[in-house]
Amino acid sequence: MTSADTAVSVRDLAKHYGAFAALKGISFDIARGETFALLGPNGAGKSTTIEILEGYRDRSSGEATVLGTDPRHGGLAWKARLGIVLQSSGESGNVTVREQLVQFATMYPNPREVDEVIAAVGLAEKAGTRIKNLSGGQRRRVDVALGVIGRPELLFLDEPTTGFDPEARRQFWELIRGLKRDGTTILLTTHYLDEAAQLSDRAAVVAGGELVDIGPVHTLGPAEARIPIVRWRENGEVRQERTSDPGRTVAELFARLGEPAELEIVRPSLEDIYLDLVGSYEAELQQERMSA
Amino acid sequence: MSVAERTAQPARFGPGRTLRLGASRVAYETRIYFRQTDTLFFTFLFPVIMLTIFSVAFQGMGNVGTNPDGSGGISQAAAYLPGMIAAGILLSGVQNLGVDIATERSDGTLKRLGGTPLPVLSYFFGKMGQVFVTSVLQIGLLLLVARFAFGVELPTDGGSWATFAWVYVLGIATSAVLGIAISRLPRTGKSATAVIIPPILILQFISGVYLQFSLLPDWLQAVAGVFPLKWMGQGMRAVFLPESFATVESGGTWDLGAVAIALLVWLVAGLVVCRLTFRWIRRDG
Repeated sequence: MTSADTAVSVRDLAKHYGAFAALKGISFDIARGETFALLGPNGAGKSTTIEILEGYRDRSSGEATVLGTDPRHGGLAWKARLGIVLQSSGESGNVTVREQLVQFATMYPNPREVDEVIAAVGLAEKAGTRIKNLSGGQRRRVDVALGVIGRPELLFLDEPTTGFDPEARRQFWELIRGLKRDGTTILLTTHYLDEAAQLSDRAAVVAGGELVDIGPVHTLGPAEARIPIVRWRENGEVRQERTSDPGRTVAELFARLGEPAELEIVRPSLEDIYLDLVGSYEAELQQERMSA
Repeated sequence: MSVAERTAQPARFGPGRTLRLGASRVAYETRIYFRQTDTLFFTFLFPVIMLTIFSVAFQGMGNVGTNPDGSGGISQAAAYLPGMIAAGILLSGVQNLGVDIATERSDGTLKRLGGTPLPVLSYFFGKMGQVFVTSVLQIGLLLLVARFAFGVELPTDGGSWATFAWVYVLGIATSAVLGIAISRLPRTGKSATAVIIPPILILQFISGVYLQFSLLPDWLQAVAGVFPLKWMGQGMRAVFLPESFATVESGGTWDLGAVAIALLVWLVAGLVVCRLTFRWIRRDG
């Protein structure tokens, strides 16, 4: 990947708070136009990573380049090319949705149309309502609207759909797909595995400040973690077999037993694989501690 | 994006843009100011309410500065007006911005702005413009109430109003800058009013706003003399009180030179503190 195709490049990124290492040296690249998800449990280092890239925090060591610039030295022209949706906001909200978007639009050289953005986040009917009178989910949509109003080349989304109901999440996914079609590069952190699967081209799993795995979402985890399981009942006992050829296993079962009782073929869900990944990382860590 | 476009970018982020964005923030900030009922009461209307209460409560005691035979002097309202104007300047700047910016730091407003291409200077212009607009309205209201509700005679000579203009502009600029500087002190937005309002209230008592300054003990006058409010009050007394009242000032004169110097020193000190301490967010090492 040449630097012109790379939106974000991170090498051995580390962050220490005193003796505590929040990030222990992670590396990844995000291509222009790509949607990249950072997955991981609370405290894994997702927000620390994203805030270093946004220029809010300084790194302890390692390299970071965001749109060709070191985020420690990003000026106004650099910020004008970013869109940032922070994790939480508690502003007093004494302005209406439209007033707030109009105000933020003036800050950018080439902003999107205010009413278009309001409609895209599904707040057309609330455009004249003061932000403090909106529900939590509606306020979150205002955050997203403010993040995209400046027509960013790179959009940071830190747990954007926390507090959304299922319908709002689906609408949000549509919005993100639209931005992606426009060529926006997106870095997303999320707790929701289905969200990462729906939206991202690639994902990185972070746990304990380290990168545990990286790749297209459907390839995450060790290959054996995705092997399907065939389960059935035989002589009153539940039996199961992990096999990459479940059809053959079922055919053999059928030949042997006739119609097998309670037959099912289970493919490990993304969630199972993810929990396995994070779980085995934590078990390893435990072991290291015991032997140390 | 071509190389030519990229090199052309810095020009678009120059001083013209900073001013334009600052102007748009003045309108935005002022609109928000008038939507907050607590600021409206404790900052905007407070001096008017206090002027009304003191004028009504103490007028029974007769005029201030009368001749030995009880004639002459000025009404209680006229005596309180300069102090209330000075207090208004202090509240509109220090109290308003101190609480406002501390709250914005703690509720995430500043963090959000820090991630946008808004220049810090434009943000300051917005705040100072809001202070200026709201304070002009506040003092206009004070003068109207004094003149028409309490019959206070306002100065008619250009000289007094020229003094008023420079004391006011210097006072409000100093106040606004000190408000930005002091906003670093509260640790949370919730504690902002508790940290900022009490010292400002005490300052009003010892600086001649509620109590006649010349009646305070010398040491207390000396303490008040360190802070800017005493000097704003003195400047405003020079504008609104009869010349004969100058004799009770500490040096027997209005000493406008000292007013100018004291306010300028505080203005410069405030600017330095703002420059050194203002950050969108607390940056960690």
